[in-house]
Amino acid sequence: MSNVRVLVGTKKGAFILSSDGKREKWDISGPHFAGWEIYHMKGSPVDPNRIYASQTSGWFGQIIQRSDDGGKTWHQPGSPAGEAPAAGGGPPKGVSNKFVYDTSSEVGKPLTTHQWYDGTQHPWEFKRVWHLEPSLTEPDAVYAGIEDAALFRSVDGGITWNELPGLRGSDTGPRWQPGAGGMCLHTVILDPSNPLRMYIAISAAGAFRTDDGGKSWKPINRGLKSQYIPDPNAEVGHCVHHVAMHPKRPNTLFMQKHWDVMRSDDAGDNWREISGNLPTDFGFVIDVHAHEPETLYVVPIKSDSEHFPLDGKLRVYRSRIGGNEWEPLSKGLPQSNCFVNVLRDAMAVDSLDSCGVYFGTTGGQVYASADAGNNWAPIVHDLPAVLSVEVQTLP
Amino acid sequence: MIRVELPQHLRTLARVAGEVTVEVTGPATQRSILDALENAYPVLRGTIRDHVTFERRAFLRFFACSEDWSHESPDKPLPNEIASGKEPFLIVGAIAGG
Repeated sequence: MSNVRVLVGTKKGAFILSSDGKREKWDISGPHFAGWEIYHMKGSPVDPNRIYASQTSGWFGQIIQRSDDGGKTWHQPGSPAGEAPAAGGGPPKGVSNKFVYDTSSEVGKPLTTHQWYDGTQHPWEFKRVWHLEPSLTEPDAVYAGIEDAALFRSVDGGITWNELPGLRGSDTGPRWQPGAGGMCLHTVILDPSNPLRMYIAISAAGAFRTDDGGKSWKPINRGLKSQYIPDPNAEVGHCVHHVAMHPKRPNTLFMQKHWDVMRSDDAGDNWREISGNLPTDFGFVIDVHAHEPETLYVVPIKSDSEHFPLDGKLRVYRSRIGGNEWEPLSKGLPQSNCFVNVLRDAMAVDSLDSCGVYFGTTGGQVYASADAGNNWAPIVHDLPAVLSVEVQTLP
Repeated sequence: MIRVELPQHLRTLARVAGEVTVEVTGPATQRSILDALENAYPVLRGTIRDHVTFERRAFLRFFACSEDWSHESPDKPLPNEIASGKEPFLIVGAIAGG
């Protein structure tokens, strides 16, 4: 029988929740890296025991952690070639991972500033890694979306990182600006049908696509409308919260924007709104059913100033027809006095026959549904605020 | 032998308990101590000072003999008590909520 492993990043450490395919009984492991913010953890699709984690702190900066045994043990990648990572006794040999913006002359025009909250230009400053996206084919290759927004890649298992400078070096960089959470590159989507195509999203710049393996990028924001920026139809400046894709429909993208739920069927060239009958179209997460490319999930949040569910009722909304018509899913979720948020990387689906859906809240709950959202139950109640949730479906 | 006291999170990262000791060549300064510390514990690179600029991270402070040296030149010689190992060089995380 298959198993699932839920990787939970929180404000104060990482937790790993494991179950068999029934998804009724769970083993809880953690906290790993206690006291640190774990923005994101994700396993390699080609080697599920290889898991990358972004460990970060306002005091001590950024650390990349890696596990090669499914999360039982961790180390900072960076041991000298030929030398095994230190385990147990002695200080680790790996260096803290170094993210330095590319300012080489080969790039042509390295940008040094982006737009600040007040409209002035501000230097790019590395703050943290928001999202790690392992390669679909190489366990040692992994992408990192960082704040201030840029995309980095490691091809040696997280030891060294290099920026893909074509993104930040595009003409639009000086018009990018931070959202309330900072200027973060939070979404990285690899196209399984085309190794040269990749999508990323930045708050608050918008979505971008490369068709040449990351050398050059173009904004893909046509159709987005944001009333909170001077030109609501601007090429960049939109506060995209998250983007999701079904791997069998790589040209179809779904987006939860600051306000509005959007859809594109031409690889992001054009977007149309699919908010339909949602009670509010503000939110952070969006995801797609593992086996039904037209089945979507969002968690509506009251507003950009009130980051909690409407009426104190936590409800996932599901559309079975690709948007516009949504049904509330509330069975097993709190329906009174619930004022948590669900952050942008805190929802995921497994790929068991009966698709499992998972999300974590800022109140420290991780909810699971083993039947595509019809019924929900908490796996855990009382973790620190959940920043991210990923799921691995294991043989 | 210079004694260095690390914040708890950095002790965990470096897998050490209590104080660590480092040898420095030449005068004992903030820079020479941190160079020696990072050489002995490479995982600490970037966690105390910036990878590139080597500036102190904003929420950390350095103390020697009960005095705040955070804003002194990194090349200013530290007191003899630090150089001799009589007193530890303290790396302290700012007290802030969260």
